[in-house]
Amino acid sequence: MAVSDSLMQVPTDEGRFGPFGGRYVPETLMYALNQLESEYRKACSDPTFQEEWNRYLESYVGRPTPLYFAARLTREAGGARIFLKREDLNHTGAHKINNCIGQALLAKRMNKPRVIAETGAGQHGVATATAAALFGLECQVYMGQEDVRRQRLNVFKMKALGSEVIAVQSGSQTLRDAINEALRDWMASVQNTHYIIGSVVGPHPFPMIVRDFQSVIGRETKKQCLEQIGRLPDVVVACVGGGSNSAGMFYPFISDEAVELVGIEAGGRGLNRGDHAATLNYGQPGVLHGAFSFVLQDEDGQTAPVHSVSAGLDYPGVGPEHAFWKESGRVRYGHVSDADALEAFRLCSRLEGILPALETSHAIVEAMRLAAQRPPTDAVVVCFSGRGDKDCFEVARLQGEDIADNHSD
Amino acid sequence: MNAIDARFDDLRRRGRKAFIPFVTAGDPDSDATKQFVASLVDHGADLIEVGFPYSDPIADGAVIQASYARALSHGLRIDDVFACISHLAELPNVQANRIPLIGMVSYTLVYRRGIASFVEQAQKSGLSGAIVPDLPVEESDELCRQARKRDFKIIQLVTPTTPRERARRIAQASSGFLYCVSVTGITGARATLPTELVEQLAWLRQQTDLPLCVGFGISKPEHAEQLRSIADGIIVGSAIVRLIEQAATCPVEQVAQAIGSFARSLADALNPAVDSPAG
Repeated sequence: MAVSDSLMQVPTDEGRFGPFGGRYVPETLMYALNQLESEYRKACSDPTFQEEWNRYLESYVGRPTPLYFAARLTREAGGARIFLKREDLNHTGAHKINNCIGQALLAKRMNKPRVIAETGAGQHGVATATAAALFGLECQVYMGQEDVRRQRLNVFKMKALGSEVIAVQSGSQTLRDAINEALRDWMASVQNTHYIIGSVVGPHPFPMIVRDFQSVIGRETKKQCLEQIGRLPDVVVACVGGGSNSAGMFYPFISDEAVELVGIEAGGRGLNRGDHAATLNYGQPGVLHGAFSFVLQDEDGQTAPVHSVSAGLDYPGVGPEHAFWKESGRVRYGHVSDADALEAFRLCSRLEGILPALETSHAIVEAMRLAAQRPPTDAVVVCFSGRGDKDCFEVARLQGEDIADNHSD
Repeated sequence: MNAIDARFDDLRRRGRKAFIPFVTAGDPDSDATKQFVASLVDHGADLIEVGFPYSDPIADGAVIQASYARALSHGLRIDDVFACISHLAELPNVQANRIPLIGMVSYTLVYRRGIASFVEQAQKSGLSGAIVPDLPVEESDELCRQARKRDFKIIQLVTPTTPRERARRIAQASSGFLYCVSVTGITGARATLPTELVEQLAWLRQQTDLPLCVGFGISKPEHAEQLRSIADGIIVGSAIVRLIEQAATCPVEQVAQAIGSFARSLADALNPAVDSPAG
C-alpha cells in the first residue's frame, strides 16, 4: 500500500511526478503559472467552488454518466464481462467538457474575461467554446490549418458557440503547433487571459489540474462498480494520447493495487518513426510543451512526426504523470493499430448500437483481448471517452465511401 | 578570461554599449550564416547570438520558429550546427575582434545530448556561453554547475512580470550578462518600447554587477537610442531574421548587405560617436 500511496501524493510543489513534469517554460510564463497554481489550490479547498462545479457537472454536463454492461461485446470476446464508462453521453460528446467547465470556473475566479485553447480534431475546442458561452467568456481557439480543413464541422460549431477559431500556419499545422501558438498568445496576454489546456500535458500545474478535473470519471466508476458488481473491477482500460481521459480514470484506482490499469496508445500503421503515436512505448525522455516526459523524437531531440487514424491520439508527447506510472510499473501501456481500431469501431457500432470515437476504439480492442483471456467472473471496464460521430467522415473515406460535406445535410 | 566578460570589460572601459544580433544557424544554409555573421561583425556587432534550430520552440516568436523550420527542412543536425559555429568562430573578423559567440538553445536539445557533453561540445565549437530560454532558474542548477566548471556562461532571463525576490535569484544564477525581456511576450518586431522597463533596469542595477542587456522586440534605431542610457547592450533577433527570410528569393550576398546596413543603423544609434572595433 505504501508504494501506491506514494504514487498518489504527486505532484510535488515543483510539479514533479518522480523525475517527470516540472516547468520548462520561458520566464514570461512563470508568473502566470504561479498565479494559476495558487488560485487552483484555493479553489480546491473552497466548498463554494466545489459545489458550483458539481452543480454544473450534474445539471449541464449530465453527470454521472452510466457504467453500462456491454453484453454483446462480452459475448463476442467470450470471457470476462465488459463494462463501458459512458463519457460519450456527456454534453458535447466526450470527457473533454469535465475539464473545460472546471477551468472556465477557475478563469472566472481569477477575473480573467478571456480564455484560449488549442485543439486538434476540434473536440477540446468545442468543449472550451461551450464553457466560454456558458460563462460569458471571450474565447479564441488555436487550430492547425490542416485540422481546420479536415474538421470543418467542429470549426462551424465553435463559431456558432461564439468563439473565434485561429488557423495556425506554422510547422506541421496540427495540434502541436496549435499548442505552441496558444502558449505564445498566453505569454503576451496573461493579465486578462486563462489558457484552458485540453490534456494532462504542459507545465505544472496543468497536468495536475486537468487530472483532478477528469478524476470524476474514475471516482464515479469505482462507486458504480461497487453498486453493480459489488467490488472493484479487475482491469481498467483507457486510450492515451496526451492522456486526460486515462489519467482521470486511473488516478482514483492507483492505490487499489488489485486493479490492473492498462493505457493504450496509437500504434498507427506501423512501428517506424512517423507511422505511429505510441509515445510511452517508443519515445524517449525529453521536454515538449513545457514538461519533462516521454517524447517521440529523433537522435537530436527534434520532435518526430506522428500518425494515427484517430486525431485525438495523434500527439508526439504524453502527460508526465503517465511517464511516472509507466516507470513505476503501476500502469501497463500497450498500443493498438489503426486497422484494429477501425475494426473495433465497426464491431461496437453493430453489436452495441454505440458509435465509439476512434480514440475509444483503441481501448475497446485491448479490452476485448484481455476479456477473452479472463473468466466470466472477471470485470473489465473501458473508459468510453467519446462518441464517434466526429469520425464518420474519416471512417467512410477509409472504406472508400463518399459522404463528403457537399453531400451532407 | 571568458570572451563575454572580456568584451563587456572592454566596452565598459570605452563607455560603449553592446550590440548583439541574432542569427539562426543554417538558415538558409551554413555557408549563408557565415556570410551574415561576417557582415554583422563588419557593421558593428559586439557579440553574436546563434540559434540552434528546434522543431517546437515555445520561447521564440513566429519569425524565429519559421527560420528554425527552414533550417531543419534541409535535414540540419545538431552536429551541423556545431560545425557551423566552428566556422563562424574561424571567421577572420570574428577572430580579430574576439567577438564572443553565444548559443540560443531549447533545453530538450541540451538534455538529449547530455548536459555535460553539450557544454563541452558547445565550448569546443567556439561558443562562450548559452541562453536556454525555456529553462527557468529552478531547473537550471545542473546546467549552471557543468558550465561553471568550464567557465562557460549561462545567461538567464528576467521579465517585467518577474517578482523582485525571484529576479534577485535569477541575477545570482546568471553569468555573462542578464537578459532583460523588454515586453511581456514572445520575440517579434514591436513598434514601441514600454516605459516601465526603465524602472526595472534601474532596480536591477542595484542588485547585480552583471551587464544588463535588453532583448525581445527591438527593431528600430529609435529603440537603440532609447535604451543606450539605461542598458549595457541590446539583443536584436526577429528584425534580422526577417531580413534573412528574403534569402529564399534574393542572392545571399544581397541579403548579407541588407543585414549589414540594418545592423549599422542600430549600432550607430546605440553608440553614436562612431568608434567601432570592427571598423
